[in-house]
Amino acid sequence: MTTLDIGDNSALRQAIRVERRPKRPSALATTLTFTHRALLKIKHVPEQLMDATLTPVIFTLMFVYLFGGAIAGDPQTYVQFLLPGILVQSVLLITVYTGFTINTDISKGVFDRFRSLPIWRPAPIVGALLGDSVRYTIASTITIGLGLILGFRPEGGLVGVVLAVMLLLIFAFALSWIFTILGLLMRTPNAVMGVSMLILMPLTFASNIFVDPATMPSGLQTWAQDINPVSYLVTGVRGLMYGTASFGDIAWVLVVSAILTGVLAPITMRMYRNKT
Amino acid sequence: MSAELAVEATGLVKHFKDVKAVDGVDLRVPAGSVYGVLGPNGAGKTTAVRMLATLLRPDAGTARVLGHDIVDDADDVRFNVGLTGQFASVDEDLTGAENVTLLARMYGFSGSEARRRASALLAAFELSDAADKPVKSYSGGMRRRIDLAASLVMSPKVLFLDEPTTGLDPRSRNQVWDIVRLLVAEGTTVLLTTQYLEEADQLADRIAVIDHGKVIAEGTAPQLKSSVGTGSVHLRVADARQREDAAAVIERVIGDEVTRPNDPYALAARVPQGMEEQVAHLLPRLHEAGIAVPEFSLGQPSLDEVFLALTGKMPEPEDPENEDWDEEQTEQHTEEEAR
Repeated sequence: MTTLDIGDNSALRQAIRVERRPKRPSALATTLTFTHRALLKIKHVPEQLMDATLTPVIFTLMFVYLFGGAIAGDPQTYVQFLLPGILVQSVLLITVYTGFTINTDISKGVFDRFRSLPIWRPAPIVGALLGDSVRYTIASTITIGLGLILGFRPEGGLVGVVLAVMLLLIFAFALSWIFTILGLLMRTPNAVMGVSMLILMPLTFASNIFVDPATMPSGLQTWAQDINPVSYLVTGVRGLMYGTASFGDIAWVLVVSAILTGVLAPITMRMYRNKT
Repeated sequence: MSAELAVEATGLVKHFKDVKAVDGVDLRVPAGSVYGVLGPNGAGKTTAVRMLATLLRPDAGTARVLGHDIVDDADDVRFNVGLTGQFASVDEDLTGAENVTLLARMYGFSGSEARRRASALLAAFELSDAADKPVKSYSGGMRRRIDLAASLVMSPKVLFLDEPTTGLDPRSRNQVWDIVRLLVAEGTTVLLTTQYLEEADQLADRIAVIDHGKVIAEGTAPQLKSSVGTGSVHLRVADARQREDAAAVIERVIGDEVTRPNDPYALAARVPQGMEEQVAHLLPRLHEAGIAVPEFSLGQPSLDEVFLALTGKMPEPEDPENEDWDEEQTEQHTEEEAR
């Protein structure tokens, strides 16, 4: 270790005399800086992409070949039904990392550094959410690619598939606010993970992702068909991929996303401001 | 008057559930000085600084940093203060250069300016060789320097340092002290919290001693020392069995209570106001009593003694090698528990 030079003309003295104070950056620029940070973290900790890449592969293969025959007669028929739903599940399952990441930042003290900066307050959270959408896109690409190999044929064509993924990203962004709240609320990153999974399980499994809710007992059917917002999303995504989407299917998803964001984002920001 | 104060806090209060972490703290930090907030673990130092840095909203009281209200003009405060400590850290997964560059971007530097600023700061803190290594691979001293570099991106007018040398080896600690002195020479106001009395004595122009969320004493180090007495006597006896005899002699001569440090040979006593003359008689009296005294010194009281006199208990052990990091975690933990 060298001794720091603190003499009159030392680099240290020079460096602490900042010649120019830049103008405060715009909200957008700050948000994108935080997105950049999220991407840098993916670069340095590529392990965090494991879930985004392996989970969709394992789930798709497992459901198509394990249950495909039993549920739909043969895997080929089932993959055509399942793929849009398993795409939704794959992406929603990795939204939990949003809360996990925020909680880790809090426990490591990085978060307080950001809060002490003169920046647009939602930037750290919105930037992180935008960074997460990169992960969602990777997971979507892998799931759809695998589906195509397994015989999935989207009638809606490339446009339908792209629109379906976009709809999914919008919903994932809206749903992520639940996990930012958990991230701010819980004590440890692992607790955030646990509770998030508890929330996601009924949302994804008790839905129309794997089977038609018509086969379910009435209480469960009501939840899976009429209440669970994920089912609306799956219906929308299926519609776009099959080329049969109605305006209502899509509008419902957008309305639910808007409501989730409109209610949860302000709660998140309030908790963020008052975080002790 | 208030123009000369960099930080002015009046009656700051913060409760976590029913624990009064900060219970009516007043601070007046003159611009361009080093102000030490000294106290044991859990005294409320960190909570007070978090409020001043706009991270916590006070339950009661007001504070202004460079004239900006910490609640109403929080962004102006944030623009002018830097923050380093257990609660404001850099990202361990990213490299040193990436961390500082990102911060510079957040302050509004353009991409290339931000990179230039980062490499200048890293070079200044002798971190150029480690610039492209993840921060988690840094040593404790490097870690503290990157934290400091990160808080100096904008050359803040006021710098809050929360226990800046906790957990550092003496060499790294001296480096941090040098940096603090240099910053102040360049016109920065530094408010630092510490549980090391020596640190406050070495660095701070004024010191607030804080305990259980209250300022229990305030002043320059010499003022604090003299408030306890004009000085103190330290001695060691040659034979530990004679310590009590020696203590009796001292109490008779200077008429004040004697403290008995852990060392079984040592004795210490404050010299009360007006008793300075009597101290000179101590050695002959001890000699008459047949007590050999190989070590005898007279000096200003240490801040340890100040603390003892003010709170009635000795502060936390001052050993920088062992427990610091854990202690620090514990303090944070206690405050979390309290929430």
